[in-house]
Amino acid sequence: MLACAFMAAATALRATPLNSVHRALGAKLVDFGGWEMPVQYSGIIDEHRTVRSGVGLFDVSHMGEIEIRGPEAGELADFATTNYARKLRVGQVHYAGLLYEHGGFVDDILVHKVAEDHYFLCVNASNQEKDFEHICALNRFNAAAEFVSDRYAQLAIQGPQARATLQKLTPCDLSAIRYYWFTDGTVAGTPARIAHTGYTGENGFEIYIPPAHAARIWNEVLCAGEEFGIRPCGLGARNTLRLEAAMALYGHEIDASITPLEAGLEWIVKLDKGEFSGRDVLLKQQQTGVRRRLAGFEMRGRGIAREGYEILVDGTPAGWVTSGSPSPTLNKNIGLCYLPAAQAQPGRTIQVVIRNQPVDAITVETPFYKRAK
Amino acid sequence: MYPENFRYTKEHEWVRVDGDIGTMGITDHAQNELGDIVYVDLPKPGVKVSQGGTLGSVESVKAVSDIYAPVSGEILEINTALADAPEKVNGDPHGEAWFVKIKLSTPGEIDKLMSAADYQAYIGAEK
Repeated sequence: MLACAFMAAATALRATPLNSVHRALGAKLVDFGGWEMPVQYSGIIDEHRTVRSGVGLFDVSHMGEIEIRGPEAGELADFATTNYARKLRVGQVHYAGLLYEHGGFVDDILVHKVAEDHYFLCVNASNQEKDFEHICALNRFNAAAEFVSDRYAQLAIQGPQARATLQKLTPCDLSAIRYYWFTDGTVAGTPARIAHTGYTGENGFEIYIPPAHAARIWNEVLCAGEEFGIRPCGLGARNTLRLEAAMALYGHEIDASITPLEAGLEWIVKLDKGEFSGRDVLLKQQQTGVRRRLAGFEMRGRGIAREGYEILVDGTPAGWVTSGSPSPTLNKNIGLCYLPAAQAQPGRTIQVVIRNQPVDAITVETPFYKRAK
Repeated sequence: MYPENFRYTKEHEWVRVDGDIGTMGITDHAQNELGDIVYVDLPKPGVKVSQGGTLGSVESVKAVSDIYAPVSGEILEINTALADAPEKVNGDPHGEAWFVKIKLSTPGEIDKLMSAADYQAYIGAEK
C-alpha cells in the first residue's frame, strides 16, 4: 500500500552538511531530486502550522548558488533572465525566470545584486548544473559566471517569529532589511548573507552560510527560537506552505514546456529591457494571447487532487493538475492546474478526475493564503 | 508493537480473526511511512472483497495509497469514526483505528499471511 509514498532513500544520493543532524532529529529522509532530504520531522501538518503561527527552520542547503561578476555582470544577468537585473539596487533581490530560446523555463531563480559588478543567484537544486551551463552558453559579455554551490549551506527561518528568532543571533538590524532585500553580516559569529526572502507565504529569512558552520548555526537557531516554539521543518511542509501561497515549484507549475506568461508570472517578465533568452517567443505570446493559464482551485466534492490528474471542463478533458494537497491552514483541498486561457478565471466549475471519478471543484483567486500585514 | 494474534500482509495491512470474522487495518509502520492521514476511503457493508484485491484507499497529506484486502469475504461493518477523525489511524492503527470487519469466505487464506515476528523482520529488511 506504500507504492505512492516516497521511495526509501538510497545510498547514492547527495547529502547536505546537515544530513547527520536530520538523522539525529529522527527526520524521515527521502530522495528529493537526487538529494537525501528531510520530508518531515514531527509531521507535515504540525510543521506547517508551526510556520504559520510561530517559526520553523528548514535546511535548504541543496539549493544551488551561481555568482556572476565583472564589468558587464548586469548585462549577462539581464540577457540570461526575464526580470530586469540592472534595475535592482545593491542589496535588493528579485524573482526571475531563466528561459530557453523557445520561452520555456530552464529554472526559476532569485537574483541578488551584491554590487554593480556582482550578482548572486539562488537556483533549484536539481537544475543547478543545467542553469550554470545555460548561463555560460549565453555569455557574450565581459563577465564571468561561477558555480559556487559548494561554498554555501542555506537555512530558511520562516514564520511570524522568524525575525525575533534570528535577531538574537546577529548584530544586523533585521527590521531594517525590507522584504526582498538582503545584507551581508554575521549569524552566530559567522559571516552570512541574510536575505528577507522565503518560500512559505510567511515572513522570514533565508541565510547563506559556510557549510562547515551549518550544523552549529542550525542548532543555535533552534535554541534561539525555543521560546517561540520553533520546530525543524521538512520539505513536506515547505510544499504545502508554498502551495497555499500559490508559489510555483519547478517540475510542477513550470518546466521547459511552460512559459512565464502561461504560469501567471508576467510580473517577472520585462519585455522592454532589451534582448534576452526567450523574449521573441514571449513577445509573440503577449500579442496573440496564451492558450493555457495556471489557475487555482478548491475541491467542492470529496477528494484530494494530485499532480497529473486530468481536469474536465463541461465533461471534456481540458487541463491537468500541477500540484494538489489538503491545505492545513484553510482546511480545504486546494490545487493549481493548467486550463484553457478562456476558462482560467476564478469562479468556474471544473472537475478533477480522481482515481477515474470526476469530482467537482471551483477555480478561485490565488494566493489561497495571504498573511496579515 | 505488533500484536502476536494479528497476521500481516506485505502491503502493510493487519488482520485479526475471531471465529469467521476478520478485523483489519493498516500497520503502525504504514501509518508512519504515510505521515498525517487525512482520508480513509472504505467500501460499503455487503461488498465482497478478495484477498489481495483493492479494498479502499488511505490518503495522507503527501499521497494516496490503495488498501488491499488481507482476506476474502464480505464487508460486515466499517469503522465510521474514521470519516470524521482519520488522524486516529496515526494515533492507534492497531486498535481504535481498525478499518473494516470482513466475514471470511476462505478461512484457510490466513495461513498465507505473515506472523508478527515475520512482519517485523520484513519491515526491518525493507529499510
